[in-house]
Amino acid sequence: MNLFNLFLKSVFVDNMIFAYFLGMCSYLAVSKTVKTSAGLGLAVTFVLVITVPVNYLINKYLLSPGALAWISPRLAEVDLSFLTYIFFIAIIAAIVQILEMIIETFTPSLYSALGIFLPLIAVNCAILGCSLFMQERGFSNVGEAAVFGLGSGIGWLLAIVAIAAIREKLRYSKIPKGLEGVGISFIITGLMGIAFMAFMGFKF
Amino acid sequence: MSNWKKLLIEPLRKTNPVMVLVLGICSCLAVTAKLKPALVMGASVTVVTAFSNLIISLLRKGIPSRIRIIVQLVVVSTLVILVDQFLKAFAYDVSKQLSVYVGLIITNCIIMGRLEAYALSHGPGESFLDGLGNGLGYSLILIIVAFFRELFGSGTLLGYQVIPQSLYEAGYQNNGLMILPPMALIVIGIIIWINNSKTESK
Repeated sequence: MNLFNLFLKSVFVDNMIFAYFLGMCSYLAVSKTVKTSAGLGLAVTFVLVITVPVNYLINKYLLSPGALAWISPRLAEVDLSFLTYIFFIAIIAAIVQILEMIIETFTPSLYSALGIFLPLIAVNCAILGCSLFMQERGFSNVGEAAVFGLGSGIGWLLAIVAIAAIREKLRYSKIPKGLEGVGISFIITGLMGIAFMAFMGFKF
Repeated sequence: MSNWKKLLIEPLRKTNPVMVLVLGICSCLAVTAKLKPALVMGASVTVVTAFSNLIISLLRKGIPSRIRIIVQLVVVSTLVILVDQFLKAFAYDVSKQLSVYVGLIITNCIIMGRLEAYALSHGPGESFLDGLGNGLGYSLILIIVAFFRELFGSGTLLGYQVIPQSLYEAGYQNNGLMILPPMALIVIGIIIWINNSKTESK
């Protein structure tokens, strides 16, 4: 598949939030102001661009059926795919930890912007979900996996900044009492999701 | 005894993880187009929450607090692997429908939230019940949402046709919008609204 095509598809059509509902928890919790949500969005994009290709390599050379053949032909029949979850989550947690340390040492300004969000990201379902989708779709090379990670991250960033902007404006509107806060955010996300569905066309 | 009951009943409504604490939304929305996957998902999450709470509670004195997140993730993902293999063996078609969302139980915030907030500071028995209660609270919402989406979206429940054929002949049509993912958000928004206004009026 054309890389640019894949990028656009993962940003709009397969948007992590509106099509798959991944990372909803932090999406709802952190989207109070545009500034913090942009910070979290950037951190998610950053981590996705790194974890998806790394997990792609892990999956290709370690976990998928027959992947161990490069070590010795005797291992060609080993299928470790049942270990996928534990490997992926361990890799993600480790990369997030390492990134946190690297960013803290080399770019303190970026660290103060992203800092509090980085530990949260290890348990953000968008990150693990993106790796699992990558495994399910079977991309043919690392480049495609990286582009998929980048696209999904940018899609997520777009979604969280959009809802944060709407919620900032919403503070001045009159909402039925029971609907205030979380309730209205759900309904707005639903409406935005319907709008995003126009990218793939309605199928009834 | 009343304490035990409280641990089980409170998360169903008063401290419901989905409605009140807004945790674990991700998977809650994606699997609710039909009732059957929702039931399976609810059961899986309940099992994982209950047992991970039990295990972490047993280990809580031995885990250094700096690396507790990793330990928790490992325990939870081991349990999820067990559930996943079980589903693949005994309910293959549902496991195909749930696809990646079984794996995403690992990062379900309800589980991490309960581990952090409860299991790390309470005994194994209580933690187990707390996990069970929260899992059930989550399943409850899942089932309510799936019930409405399947009823209005496909006119069936658990795959059996509920809306009579004569109604279709009289011009009734399934609401295709209900099957689309965004409707799940709107249904949950309405459930939260109803719940909030009920709690306030008391």
